[in-house]
Amino acid sequence: MSKAKTFKGGIHPSYNKHLSSDKEIVEAPLPEVVALPLNQHIGAPAKPIVKRKDKVKAGQLIAETGGFISAPVHASISGIVKAIEPVEHPLGKKVDAIIIESDGKDEWVEFNPVDNPFAADADTIRDKIKEAGIVGLGGATFPSNVKLSPPEDKKIDFVILNGAECEPYLTTDHRLMVEKTEEVVTGLKLAAKVLGVDKIYIGIETNKPDAISKMEKEIGDDGQVIPLQVKYPQGSEKQLISAITGRETPPTSLPMEVGAVVFNVGTCLAIYEAVFQGKPLFERVVTLTGHGVKNPGNFKIRLGTYVAELVEFSGGYKDNAAKLVLGGPMMGRAVPTDGIPIIKGTGGILVMTQSELIVRYYSDCIRCGKCIEACPNNHNPQLLGILIEKERFDKISEEQLEEIVLDDCFECGSCTYVCPAHRPMVQFFQQAKSYFNNKKKKR
Amino acid sequence: MKTRSFIVSGAPHIHENSSIHKIMWNVFAALIPASFVSVYAFGMDSVRVLGVSVISCIVLEIIALLFMGRNWKAAFDGSAAVTGLLLGLTLPAGISTGIILVGAVVAIIIAKQVFGGLGNNPFNPALTSRVFLLIAFPGPLTTWPLPRGLENIKDFMGVATVKAGDAITTATPLGAIKENAVKAMPSIQVNDLFLGVHTPGSIGEISALALLIGAAWLLYKKIITWHIPVATILTVFAISLLTHLISPDKYADPFFHLFAGGLIIGAFFMATDYVTAPIFNKGKLIYGVGIGILTIIIRLWGGYPEGVSFAILLMNSTTPLIDRFTVPRPFGFRKARNQS
Repeated sequence: MSKAKTFKGGIHPSYNKHLSSDKEIVEAPLPEVVALPLNQHIGAPAKPIVKRKDKVKAGQLIAETGGFISAPVHASISGIVKAIEPVEHPLGKKVDAIIIESDGKDEWVEFNPVDNPFAADADTIRDKIKEAGIVGLGGATFPSNVKLSPPEDKKIDFVILNGAECEPYLTTDHRLMVEKTEEVVTGLKLAAKVLGVDKIYIGIETNKPDAISKMEKEIGDDGQVIPLQVKYPQGSEKQLISAITGRETPPTSLPMEVGAVVFNVGTCLAIYEAVFQGKPLFERVVTLTGHGVKNPGNFKIRLGTYVAELVEFSGGYKDNAAKLVLGGPMMGRAVPTDGIPIIKGTGGILVMTQSELIVRYYSDCIRCGKCIEACPNNHNPQLLGILIEKERFDKISEEQLEEIVLDDCFECGSCTYVCPAHRPMVQFFQQAKSYFNNKKKKR
Repeated sequence: MKTRSFIVSGAPHIHENSSIHKIMWNVFAALIPASFVSVYAFGMDSVRVLGVSVISCIVLEIIALLFMGRNWKAAFDGSAAVTGLLLGLTLPAGISTGIILVGAVVAIIIAKQVFGGLGNNPFNPALTSRVFLLIAFPGPLTTWPLPRGLENIKDFMGVATVKAGDAITTATPLGAIKENAVKAMPSIQVNDLFLGVHTPGSIGEISALALLIGAAWLLYKKIITWHIPVATILTVFAISLLTHLISPDKYADPFFHLFAGGLIIGAFFMATDYVTAPIFNKGKLIYGVGIGILTIIIRLWGGYPEGVSFAILLMNSTTPLIDRFTVPRPFGFRKARNQS
């Protein structure tokens, strides 16, 4: 194995992957009810095409795409549409969702796979992926068919599978690479074919040796597995590209600007299932983990399943469960209730205990420079944090920091993680981003 | 379906567990070896100087924080204790308690709290205070008692000892070569300077070895980086080597300049003060070279025998400027344009 590659900056949090990394994916029982939000993706919300009391089957289209950058939604269980009403959404705001009550029969619609996909033309594949409602399952939820349709003038040189899974605790991608090796690799190869690319890289952090060896065997001569150093945020798209190809994606640009397209592991599996089996995206694998649940593990669930129902199936909370995070501990979002559906972009559910809560006051910056060392984008969080704290937005504009730093900061939280003054850097940046967004809107 | 409520807060939900408290008390701990050597060399006088300095700095910090309606417990974050200990270590053992108290007021009130407390002071508080005392009380600040083992000498490096009250005092090695360059040089061993027990001087600067043990701890704990101390020390070494080669009779050899005086304590413990030093690595190198140049200029051609304090304070004032011109290239900038 060659020396593991990486990017500059980053942090080494406790990974805590052992809680679930050896647990095989378990299929969760059929939920009694699901709530399927109309926007589980970046872009325009889907438009419902069913109404109350309609009978639906699993896999049936219930909301169609609402624009070029959008994705359809499919029923994940068979049953009756109970309502189309706002529910708690993992991203905070309440949004409209189609609520389906199970009839317990779990009838599926008939699937229409593509015949001989590797011989089919690219548009057929793209349409199939679009129909299946596939979005980036790593959390960004960018519609995959759009990613597969780069503008004519952009030459794509590499397709990269993001098997880094750098978020602590999460093991979804790890398990998929181990258990669904063939399907994932086939989906990846198909994506590369649609893009007309023959260079395939698979980036995996070295803390997943079983995934590395299985993927190496499966991809063979068609691609290359690149072992990556265990460092957060190694799985950030732009950091991953720079580690593997040495190319730096300019701020505010998409990776295709440097000739790279990156796919998440779960997304490749979904592409495989959509094209080879004709199955729309209505299931996914999530890691339910943390010291606040009795039995951490990896579960295959129907989309729209409530977190509460999954936790109950897994064995329930421990008594000291205090915080529920959708996603990992670095970038995940703490939610106020478990009465919240799991959507396409939910890769992990982390339950933290009372003793893991951080309650601290922050103080003035002491200029230790640890945030600068940690920033994967080589920014200066220190200065920006102080300017935002003092509400010197004029100064931020004058120094053009909003273009250089704010636009490209993806809120990985590395600066906040290392800050000895416990300064809430990520929240500062969010504050400044919304300030500048409002200003742009007013103009 | 039964649901349950949870506590909400912003990401990230985990933290490295570092704190200002831990950093500062680690710096304090790193100065303990040098403090022990000083107690060995100067006895109870050293205990008195360090004790008064540390305690008065903490008490003044509490008073200042209470006066401004801030959380007074922040006085125990270790930064006041470090300032106190550093101030004490830069003073001669025979200094009167009153002068130490004046020094503590200057350090904590004037150099630190007036500017807004930890993180906002443009100049290192301990050094500001020391330089203030040096100018305000030049006599007591340059009266060096003889350390253990040298009690009976008649002269130190060619400078006669002086009886001042009960104590016998003499010159520091740097003072001696300033006054008496040619005669002084052969009579001091770099060994003695390195171990430091048998040389007069500020109580904390006499043992380079003890200071280096503390510095190694700080580097190991990643509290300081190598950039500033290495740049400073190499610069002093290079220039003093050059001058020594040109005129060995007039200028001391480079090792003498490394281990005599406050270069080690200054380079590792004062120049690396986060608040007053540049924040980017490139800037730290420039800053360190600047300190080295100023130090050696003052030592060789200036009016004072020792120049580390002045050099660091002068370079403190350039920190904002250095920071401005050493901002590293953000990820994806420029380099991207040359591709494709």
